[in-house]
Amino acid sequence: MTDAAVTDRAAPDAPATDAIVETRGVEVRFALPTHFLSREKPVLHALNTVDIAIRPGESFCVVGESGCGKTTLGRAIIGLLKPSAGEIYFNGQRIDTMDEATRKPIRRDMQMVFQNPYASLNPRRNVFETLAEPIRHLMPEKSQSETRAQVEEVLDATGCDPSWQRKLPHEFSGGQRQRIAIARALVTNPAFIVADEPISALDVSIQAQILNLMSDLQDERGLTYLFITHDLSVVEHFGTRVAVMYLGRVMELAETETLFAAPKHPYTQLLLDAIPRIEGGSFDNPKPPGELPDPVNMPPGCPFTPRCAIAEERCRTERPELRRLENGAQVACHFAD
Amino acid sequence: MAMLDIRDLHVAFPSGKTTEVEALRGVSVRLEKGERLGVVGESGAGKSMLAFAILNLIAEPGRVSKGEVVFHGENLLEMSGRDIRGIRGNRISMIFQDPMVTLNPVLSIGTQMIETLKAHRRISDAEARKLYIARLREVAIPSAESRMDAYPHELSGGLRQRVVIAIALLTEPELIIADEPTTALDVTIQAEIMALILKLCRENDVALILITHDLGVVAEVTERIMIMYAGLCVETGPTRQIIKAPRHPYTAGLLKALPQFAGRGHRLYQIPGSMPPITALPPGCAYHPRCEWASAECKVKIPPLEEGCACFHPLDQTEAAS
Repeated sequence: MTDAAVTDRAAPDAPATDAIVETRGVEVRFALPTHFLSREKPVLHALNTVDIAIRPGESFCVVGESGCGKTTLGRAIIGLLKPSAGEIYFNGQRIDTMDEATRKPIRRDMQMVFQNPYASLNPRRNVFETLAEPIRHLMPEKSQSETRAQVEEVLDATGCDPSWQRKLPHEFSGGQRQRIAIARALVTNPAFIVADEPISALDVSIQAQILNLMSDLQDERGLTYLFITHDLSVVEHFGTRVAVMYLGRVMELAETETLFAAPKHPYTQLLLDAIPRIEGGSFDNPKPPGELPDPVNMPPGCPFTPRCAIAEERCRTERPELRRLENGAQVACHFAD
Repeated sequence: MAMLDIRDLHVAFPSGKTTEVEALRGVSVRLEKGERLGVVGESGAGKSMLAFAILNLIAEPGRVSKGEVVFHGENLLEMSGRDIRGIRGNRISMIFQDPMVTLNPVLSIGTQMIETLKAHRRISDAEARKLYIARLREVAIPSAESRMDAYPHELSGGLRQRVVIAIALLTEPELIIADEPTTALDVTIQAEIMALILKLCRENDVALILITHDLGVVAEVTERIMIMYAGLCVETGPTRQIIKAPRHPYTAGLLKALPQFAGRGHRLYQIPGSMPPITALPPGCAYHPRCEWASAECKVKIPPLEEGCACFHPLDQTEAAS
């Protein structure tokens, strides 16, 4: 990795060395089941050379359709998946190759909030047990009373009632469960949280409550978020920077304002056009179905070519690399300017 | 006479041995030919219940405890099983949320389409084939002939939902009830599917009841809107008008809470609390515990639906606009 490459990845005002989380050329491959008569060993590339640098205190959003690798990226960073290639750094330390004992103290600084609060909470554990578990596991030096105090503090910070401690998950609504899940992520005082579609399973009137809670917690505790979502209107409101992913690759990476003011990649434009708007007009012209290429046998060129309106012959053969445009956005497209 | 006239519909489920709770607590709605109505609400508000009740599909132990569903002058709820089967899937079609669940996984697309046609028409296999290839083309499925022998698992989510739409259109229905048709799909596919539904409804003059929780989708597709809360319609009227100037505090809150209306870095407007379950409804207006305008009257009396708004303190237009 040369110095030039490092500075190229991050904006000029924030060198990559300041990044709280950084991925360098991360790849995740899944071996698929082989047919018993076949010699082929099919491999699914869930992530392909992903380079991102997340700055402290920002909300870094990752958007894309299902199957684009956004959840895989979050899981690889948090350590639920081992990358097949590439490096992952947290505060300058390489974490993907660490053994479990060395990594353990770092885990309290990196926590995760999952999409579905109906599945992510253990139904047989009461709220206190759920929240005390990470402390017992990751902070064994804490005494019983310190644990209790810490649980109460985090319940208060996330707007949960102290009386909830003895209750079980089934006694709560979806919004309340997601508060508990956020409290569980916060109980070890992490600096960095991966939030994987934290509001998608919630009702509309509850989504705003959870988003506001997450912003408030960020202001109070200086949290850094990796916010994974498919909903661009949430990104527009919440994100500092956005990475648009497609079939395991970053197609565009930019400041939120820049991306929404001037989307450069045709895929970003497609995503933005698809948002249903209160003013109407997005659905007036039916489009032919957009087919994702087979992620197992990826074509050599740009993966977006089959759906792209401006694709030319070059796109079918030569894969565009991420490059920086004048407005500061990084785009993987031959024709973006 | 309206094409569909739902009058004071109640749906009840037993709770305990002798008592019942109501999932729908008296919903009335009229739909003209070719009209597109959006039904919006949170989960548990009763919007899917309404869809099922229209076709008399409420599963045991639930039942329609009161009310009528009049379709072209006939009450669907009093029809014999045989008569209503002539309407279900024929004159009124449904599109459900998850196409993987709706389609039979062990039958090819073609078989399922022929089945639908043969259930309602006297038609030869060759004719049926011609008709459904035309329909598959209409929903923009590439290489339609070769797809007929495909099984549902061989198609992507978007294509599957297109097949479901093609099946729903086969019998040339007058009304399509679409229950969250794009919730399981990606935004880009959602835009494709909703644009398609909108186009087909316009071209064939088909009425649509679109059930969704997404105000953006409703605003794009429908002409009239009905906001449901805890088993009741709290506000109804022309879509544009309601979105521009909502009168019920709940509608106003839902609209204000949308991220696209908050400036970047500003807090979102949030409605406090959550919708009560139907087993524990507060007395009076079900929304009063979350409402900033609630008065003593709201706590004891259910506000009637008057001029499209069920509220004792409707926001006036100027207030809502500010």
